[in-house]
Amino acid sequence: MAEIKLACEVIKQVEDICEKHGNKPGELINILHECQGLHGYLPEPMQRIIARKLGIPAAQVYGVVTFYSFFTMTPKGRHPISVCLGTACYVRGSEKLLEEIKRVLGIDVGETTPDGKFSLDCLRCVGACGLAPVMMIGEKVYGRMEPQDIRKVLEEFAD
Amino acid sequence: MILDAAASIGINIPTLCHMDLKGTCVKNRPASCRLCVVEVQGRRNLAPACATKCMPDMVVRTNSMRVIKARKTIAELILSDHPNDCLTCPKCGECELQALVTRLNITQMPFSGGELSQRKKELTPSIMRNMDKCIFCRRCESVCNNVQTVGALGAVRRGFNTTIAPTFDKMVKDTNCTYCGQCVAVCPTGALTEHDDTDRLMDDLCNPDKIVIAQPAPAVRAALGEEFGMAPGTLVTGKLASALRQLGFDYVFDTDFAADLTIMEEGAEILERLKKFLAGDKTVKLPIMTSCCPAWVNFYEHEFPDLIEYPSSARSPQQMFGAIAKSYWAEKMGIPREKLVVVSIMPCLAKKYEVTREELKHEKLQDVDYSISTRELARIIKRANIGFAELPDSDFDSPMGESTGAGVIFGTTGGVLEAALRTVYEVYTGEALPKIDFTEVRGLEGIREATIDIKGFPLKVCIAHTLGNARKVMEKLREGKLDYHVVEVMACPGGCIGGGGQPYHHGRIEVLQARQKALYAEDASKPIRKSHENPDIVALYKEYLGAPLSERSEELLHTHYSDKSIK
Repeated sequence: MAEIKLACEVIKQVEDICEKHGNKPGELINILHECQGLHGYLPEPMQRIIARKLGIPAAQVYGVVTFYSFFTMTPKGRHPISVCLGTACYVRGSEKLLEEIKRVLGIDVGETTPDGKFSLDCLRCVGACGLAPVMMIGEKVYGRMEPQDIRKVLEEFAD
Repeated sequence: MILDAAASIGINIPTLCHMDLKGTCVKNRPASCRLCVVEVQGRRNLAPACATKCMPDMVVRTNSMRVIKARKTIAELILSDHPNDCLTCPKCGECELQALVTRLNITQMPFSGGELSQRKKELTPSIMRNMDKCIFCRRCESVCNNVQTVGALGAVRRGFNTTIAPTFDKMVKDTNCTYCGQCVAVCPTGALTEHDDTDRLMDDLCNPDKIVIAQPAPAVRAALGEEFGMAPGTLVTGKLASALRQLGFDYVFDTDFAADLTIMEEGAEILERLKKFLAGDKTVKLPIMTSCCPAWVNFYEHEFPDLIEYPSSARSPQQMFGAIAKSYWAEKMGIPREKLVVVSIMPCLAKKYEVTREELKHEKLQDVDYSISTRELARIIKRANIGFAELPDSDFDSPMGESTGAGVIFGTTGGVLEAALRTVYEVYTGEALPKIDFTEVRGLEGIREATIDIKGFPLKVCIAHTLGNARKVMEKLREGKLDYHVVEVMACPGGCIGGGGQPYHHGRIEVLQARQKALYAEDASKPIRKSHENPDIVALYKEYLGAPLSERSEELLHTHYSDKSIK
């Protein structure tokens, strides 16, 4: 893992979140939740700060972070992609869609492209089964997708 | 709990996760293995005996057919993702899972094919990890986090991907692991074992160009017998010397000799700091802390780098022995340094790391070539087909084999301090001790304190064992609330008698108590019981070192520490 240095203001914010929860070890999950909301992910130095503030081993914090799939230690891309693998989308071929995205971007599920542009995740149903198969990029929903559409959609994000 | 109640009346209920070393803080009660299930009348499902409280008029069946069938299924499920290479497993014969599977007559694996993934193997200088063999009893995690408060290990991920790993999945060598080896001491399976140096030792013993010399630590003689079916606490000092000789060691010396030497140096340091303190020097660092325990040294370098001026600069007995063997003794015998192989036999796994420390090298070469644990020595004795129980007693070789009762008790918590007190008292007052035994510093309580009257000067001392207790003492020191002159710290429960390299105690505190008793018995039986009266130590200073803390003593017998904290 690359060395990451947190900015002073991020450290302060993390410490404030711990303070707000009374530095209680029992509040660990809530604290992690807020910190991830703040920063998008939970890098190693951030977990160390939380461990120190709560007076618990960093091993314990890391154990919780790796246990719950909601928590992540990889930064999300500027445009997070989520492919629906719910039943309706699945039977309409969302797995092929996912494979094509992986191939085009060269990353696996849970990873981020080296330029930080896209990250890839799966989810279960966005409530748009009528448009299956569905994927989301950021907040925008793309329906009735075919694998050959992927390249074109991704090219829209030219930043 | 039902489990404790049953044990108290001699009923055995099997468990692989539960551990309670009574009277110490070593406890693990996660109720995770489920092998201790019992039938409770009026309850629909089976109850885990380790987590179910006893109630009045409760009727419990610990061995009904329903219970035994359930236990068999649970064990079969544990085996579903456990490698079955028992024949070549380093834990074979000592494995609690293997013993249980044998007892339950499991001869087939009905649930094979569990996924094994992301579980690492790693070999550190001290510890070998093979996480495929982990059964998630969480004993190592409890010991590392709650007892030692090191927090180098924890459970990560979930389902088949679960593993016990160092923080952030780093390699152990990149964490704040102190190599205390207590995780190995409690592991029920072959997931955590020691770094095995037995083959290396066999090669050296066979090599005619090498002079191989042995130095066994104090605590080894009180525990080695257990590996050969003897009762815990059987002293095997004489057989130990004979066995080492039969194995082909060219000289069989004793780390106890170096323990006496440690007392000379550390005692002189205590006196020097006390004298400065009494003369009104406000900068002197008190309390002085012992520095013989390598896991403790690692602990304060990692966790308390701001306080590294407090511990004594004296090297551990193991390292003092190596330094003297490869200088004084080698010169005296005319043996070139490179031909000499110094092997220590230690109750400890951190010693395996300690020998490699850069600070302790002499012109980039190690003073002690390697260290083997009590368990490894037992294995070599068995491999060499030596009938240990029938061996005659013999003495250690001279001059580095002579030791006093003070050296022997280094192997138990409170022993180093007591040994130091015997010498400090006599050197300070110039008078003979009225009573050699300082019983007030003995025992197994986690933190003990006493005030010793040294002819009108009240010397306040403290003893802590396990790193969790050491942390409490250090945090008080950091806050400026510690009012002692001398503090002894040992990383393992009970001191070296409970070290990570000792025969497995399998959670029985009686084993540690018996070993402790044995060391005090050996001390009481020794004709000389004060380090400064050891004739070979006196000769060593006269012929070679000059005096404690002399320039040569400083160079060979002292060291320095550095900030090794993980930022």
